[in-house]
Amino acid sequence: MRGDAGADATVPAAAVSARNVSKNYGEVEALRDLSLDFPRGQLTSLLGPSGCGKTTLLKIIAGLLEPTAGEVEVNGRPVTGPGPDRSFVFQDFALLPWASVLRNVAFGLELRGVAMSEREAIAEKYIRNVGLAGFEKSYPHELSGGMRQRVGLARALAVDSEVLLMDEPFSAVDEQTRRKFQEDLLGLVAGENKTFLFVTHSIEEAVYVSDQVAILLPRPSRVSEVIRPRGLRTKNVDDIRRDPEYLDIVDRIWASLRSYVE
Amino acid sequence: MRVLGFRLPGMSSLILWGLVWEAVGRSGLTFFLPPLSEVFATFFAIVGTAPFQKALSETAQAFLAGVFSAVAIGIPVGILMGKNRLVDELLLPWVNIFLSAPLTALVPVLMVLFGFGLKSIIITTGLFAVWIIILNARAGVMQINRSLVEMARCFGATPWAAFSKVYFWAALPEILGGVRIGVIRAVKGVIIGQLLISIVGFGALFELYSANFLMSHFWAVLVVLFALAFAVSEALAALERRVSFYAAKR
Ligand SMILES: Nc1ncnc2c1ncn2[C@@H]1O[C@H](COP(=O)(O)OP(=O)(O)O)[C@@H](O)[C@H]1O
Ligand SMILES: [Mg+2]
Repeated sequence: MRGDAGADATVPAAAVSARNVSKNYGEVEALRDLSLDFPRGQLTSLLGPSGCGKTTLLKIIAGLLEPTAGEVEVNGRPVTGPGPDRSFVFQDFALLPWASVLRNVAFGLELRGVAMSEREAIAEKYIRNVGLAGFEKSYPHELSGGMRQRVGLARALAVDSEVLLMDEPFSAVDEQTRRKFQEDLLGLVAGENKTFLFVTHSIEEAVYVSDQVAILLPRPSRVSEVIRPRGLRTKNVDDIRRDPEYLDIVDRIWASLRSYVE
Repeated sequence: MRVLGFRLPGMSSLILWGLVWEAVGRSGLTFFLPPLSEVFATFFAIVGTAPFQKALSETAQAFLAGVFSAVAIGIPVGILMGKNRLVDELLLPWVNIFLSAPLTALVPVLMVLFGFGLKSIIITTGLFAVWIIILNARAGVMQINRSLVEMARCFGATPWAAFSKVYFWAALPEILGGVRIGVIRAVKGVIIGQLLISIVGFGALFELYSANFLMSHFWAVLVVLFALAFAVSEALAALERRVSFYAAKR
């Protein structure tokens, strides 16, 4: 593994670590011997072309898929299935179409047996946090794509898990909404003391939101490089896209990925 | 439809067909078809009589019990088949065979097994309804969005919670469609069962009326049955429309 992860003494301990993870779907070798640490309280992006196994890795960490070999640890404990320490934000939102926004956001708590009044109070708080106040009684089909993803995000936040797994959460929303989401995400990472795992295929998005960018190469996938932007997190959100370091890293990633396009 | 600027309520054409019936009946073309007005008069005359009331309540009992068992068995079995490959492989051939089988031919066997009474009719009714309910519940579960299932697992749903809070509701539009067709088949089942056994409910009445050539009595009972079956089916269709708003948006 190349990159400067090991050299940086300020990197917090890993909340999640994947060790020598391989995953085969029958003949298809999706992941081969992939190892990666996800520092606590930070946002790590998984960046790579479509079909390189990003979703597969995220689902293995979520406990939804079994790896063919290797293992994943969350807080030092091996993952054997889904657990309350991790929650998931789905690319296609995965909202219950027959339930209101309030019930959808409270659904994770409902499944955990939290009493109705308590879980609705918590859900209302997170609905306000993601900027959907006033839409509690609406149904998913009455909302735009961006609003639906806010519901999915609020649901994942409401269960207050330590690790948040996000699978291309912004890919189904329009560009303006996407930019707003990216800014809000920076606020979340700074405000909530959680570890974020963020899948994207957009280089700009990855560099903009991440403390650490892991670049995955096409199948069978392993981590080719880990990049940790140093100065970007202290910058004003409006200035990041003009920052020389931001532009440099975007260029560098493009240079290493371009050979795999086509 | 609009006539001379007036909006006609649905099925106004039935009035026209009623008039045709009346005319043919009055022309005395065949003893088989008495005028509609006479059929209605007969209906009001017999509706309060003990044999009619008895037939109606026996039919209603058999119908409700048959439909209830078909729904109570069909929906969970269908959902289970949709969720579990093994169960599906085991049961699907049977469901398909019984769905297309001429169940009427089974009624004599059921009579031998379960006697010449209400029990056989309930089982006949259930057998007519249950297969399509199973198949539709199964189809409903199989089209569930994979990520809804993963979402439920991810947030720690127990198997029962996944079943009752996700699978059932996600499959509800298909389930209701299956129940509606099942109920229509159950109407056939309950009548065919009664006709073949013919000592219970409307079967006994039909036997009585047709043996005595009481045609307007015969038609009165038939019209009642048609109207009941149609009303049940329309009520379920209305229920289906209420959930279809989200079926379209999944
Ligand atoms: N259930 C599956 N069965 C077979 N192959 C799969 C399955 N899921 C994913 N794959 C394959 O594994 C590879 C990685 O998939 P995925 O993790 O979804 O990639 P990404 O999220 O990076 O686009 C792809 O080539 C895909 O075709
Ligand atoms: Mg993916």
